[in-house]
Amino acid sequence: MRSDGTRSAPWALKATAIGGLLFLHVPLLIIFVYAFTTEEKSYQFPPPGYTLKWFSVVWERQDIWNAIWLSVKVASIATVIALVLGTCAAAAVSRARFFGRDYISLLFILPIALPGIITGISLRSAFSVMDIPFSTWTIVLGHATFCIVVVYNNALARFRRTSGSMIEASMDLGADGFQTFRHVVLPQIGSALLAGGMLAFALSFDEVIVTTFTAGQQATLPIWMLNELIRPRQRPVTNVVAIFVIAVTFIPILAAYYLTRDGEHTGGAGK
Amino acid sequence: MSVTAAGTAAVDFGGGLLRRISDALFRKPMWFLALLLAPPLLWLGIVYLGSLFALLLHSFYSIDEFSGFIVYEFTLATYAELFRLSNMDVIIRSVVMAIAVTIACAAMAFPISYYAARYAKGKWKALFYLMIMLPLWSSYLVKVYAWKLILAKEGIISWMAEQTHLTWLLDLILSIPVIGGPSLSISYIGTFLVFCYVWLPFMILPTQAALERVPGNLIEASADLGAEPRQTFSTVIFPLALPGLIAGSIFTFSLTLGDYIIPQIVGTSTYFLGQAVYTLQGTAGNIPLAAAFTVVPIIIMLIYLSIAKRTGAFDAL
Amino acid sequence: MTTAVSFQHVSRHFGSVRAVDDVSLDIAEGEFFAMLGPSGSGKTTCLRLIAGFEQPTSGHIEIFGATAEGVPPYRRNVNTVFQDYALFPHMTVLANVGYGLMVKGVDKPKRDAKAEEALALVALSGFGGRRPSQLSGGQRQRVALARALVNQPKVLLLDEPLGALDLKLREQMQVELKTLQRNLGITFVFVTHDQGEALSMADRVAIFNEGKIVQVGTPEDIYERPQTRFVADFVGSSNVLSPAFTKASGGPERWASLRPEKITLLRGNAAAPKGQLKAAVTVKAVHYQGASTRLNTVTAEGHQVNVTAPSSFGRVADGETLTLHWSADAFHVMEGER
Repeated sequence: MRSDGTRSAPWALKATAIGGLLFLHVPLLIIFVYAFTTEEKSYQFPPPGYTLKWFSVVWERQDIWNAIWLSVKVASIATVIALVLGTCAAAAVSRARFFGRDYISLLFILPIALPGIITGISLRSAFSVMDIPFSTWTIVLGHATFCIVVVYNNALARFRRTSGSMIEASMDLGADGFQTFRHVVLPQIGSALLAGGMLAFALSFDEVIVTTFTAGQQATLPIWMLNELIRPRQRPVTNVVAIFVIAVTFIPILAAYYLTRDGEHTGGAGK
Repeated sequence: MSVTAAGTAAVDFGGGLLRRISDALFRKPMWFLALLLAPPLLWLGIVYLGSLFALLLHSFYSIDEFSGFIVYEFTLATYAELFRLSNMDVIIRSVVMAIAVTIACAAMAFPISYYAARYAKGKWKALFYLMIMLPLWSSYLVKVYAWKLILAKEGIISWMAEQTHLTWLLDLILSIPVIGGPSLSISYIGTFLVFCYVWLPFMILPTQAALERVPGNLIEASADLGAEPRQTFSTVIFPLALPGLIAGSIFTFSLTLGDYIIPQIVGTSTYFLGQAVYTLQGTAGNIPLAAAFTVVPIIIMLIYLSIAKRTGAFDAL
Repeated sequence: MTTAVSFQHVSRHFGSVRAVDDVSLDIAEGEFFAMLGPSGSGKTTCLRLIAGFEQPTSGHIEIFGATAEGVPPYRRNVNTVFQDYALFPHMTVLANVGYGLMVKGVDKPKRDAKAEEALALVALSGFGGRRPSQLSGGQRQRVALARALVNQPKVLLLDEPLGALDLKLREQMQVELKTLQRNLGITFVFVTHDQGEALSMADRVAIFNEGKIVQVGTPEDIYERPQTRFVADFVGSSNVLSPAFTKASGGPERWASLRPEKITLLRGNAAAPKGQLKAAVTVKAVHYQGASTRLNTVTAEGHQVNVTAPSSFGRVADGETLTLHWSADAFHVMEGER
């Protein structure tokens, strides 16, 4: 009989689990190798030689800078909209039980529960029906819609952990609604909002499926990459951009994780 | 009103505009709630539901075959087009792929989740969680791109096969009819691998969450009652983890069904549902048929969700 | 005497639940007033009505003569000590205590000085720099008290403030609260389900049951002269005796209460002294309590009577026959059945 608590896993299970994690991580590492390859025309492995020249090539490319700038702009605006709307929604849902509350939560989750292509083609049809020309704002419209849920999930988890009597205590001590929000609610949910905002930014910065339907001729960084993947011109340039995208999305994800790690699982139902 | 030792009134009506607004919201809590809910509801109601409605509307229009313009008249002709052999082919291919990917993801996710939930402790557990979260959130396109590099004819897999003198095995696999092809990156096997890779974290997280909820003493109780480890697994652990697996399958199934980028980059030239939609609305400009195509995954997902709901999978989401 | 808080036919319903049901009540200025009752009896809702967290469904509330309906908590010069203390975890102890002054716009040096003063009042000088998480339960409770008192409230509301403390600390805090209230002269409204706490601290006690006040009075009133069986049952451990028992023992045919300590015991089937009421009982259970022994006994008719035997009475065995007797005025005849 096994009675001691320190059981160790069967080696087969351990091996499978570690193998699974390797399966998840090794492909990403390979990108790094390819960013330094001297081979331009094919995906030859191992690379015949190594060079740093692709980084300077990327630096000189105006089309890449334009794509980065558009992505940053879209992600920033979408994040701000998502922060405001997601926080409002979370505050309302956590605050009170009201008729139709469950349907409202479902509505917020729907844009990520249904495949992105549905959101994309829906917006595309709506733009077509209403004769709205493609612009930065049509991209923002789509991104903000699926970013709301990320902020909403983070804020809701924190609202639920924050004791309701804290708000009552603040009001009791003479603080009106606005003062209570500033001095008590905001400091409590601040880090969760920061985390939600960062994840929303990462999600928007990386989004491609919805964007292809709402961007028209504009190219965000992922759209630029997609075009390169379908019709490759300078393959190592794409590799360098891929590393850049990994960095831009990893940093906020790690930061968000550390901001909310005490007992909260952040946005498990990711994209 | 009397004056007390403290010399202050029991009720104080001073303060500026903000305080007065705060008063009004306090007296009408439902208004406050409505004020909070209105912006997000209006946004999602107009932008999202409105668009879904526009999509649905389009699926009942048709396209004039000669001019290529949309005919804004109610018709079921577009839906009838879905039943053409070539279109049914696309739908069936997508559903089969979604089922295969879901089963493979569940098989891979279970041991990882089980290890993370039952054996990983403290720092290791946090690391494990992070190791699953990072690939989940990292760039979708980059992940697909990485696999293009791996699966390419001149890529890593071919190289490794060469180094280990297993090229014959790779060729054997590629020569399998239907799923094989000239190279892994131009075959259904390749598409399948990339789908599994990209959606695997979506299966791990809910499964792990469900396994975490299995109390440890339940397993000990089962062992105590004389169950063999295998019996404990099949009668206690697996049934309790099932809602998590089903919750994960909602993601893997739905995401595979709607994806159009993976089969475009890694795969054969035959279409999957997402590609069909994308091509129809883009180069073909046939939004009505694209819309009708999109209704298919919506309906499949609604059926899937209603079945999943009965198994209690929603609590594991 | 000024009325601090006045309830006039106040009801608060949550859907079909009548949390507070037609309560009328006057609390005098400077009074230490306790609201006592089992959980769910409406006492906490009454407290929240005074604080302003709840609004009455019907009826009228006045605080020092001013109408309270529709007045938000932050406009009421009433402060609360919460059951879970509700200290702000992201602020220091000093900032917690100074919070009420900060939102009123008092400048920092002045509010820090006042907060230090309030901390000294609750014997926590020098704790200002700590975080609430670094304090013990008893210390947090004192901070909560200081945070409320620093605003010089006209009424201080305390919601089961001693509930989370261990017995020894609780007894110490009872004394301190009582002294503090005497010295400050602030009206205290204290909610508790612990009858001992209410009786030992309060000037007056209101007993709540099912949303209604069943009796208001001084602790002596409540203890000696319970008006209903509920009060007699809930406060202390009085015997509630049916009309049949009362009549059989020689009293009036009415519901009555009888305190265990007022009963004298004799061994066997003995005669009672002249003019005393008596009953013959069998011992069912013996609870040794040190200075005394508590006995559950039953008469031949099945009436249960609890008695207290002093240690001088000696050992009592299960099943032993005893004779109980008591003077006629030890009976407290109650008005209603309930």
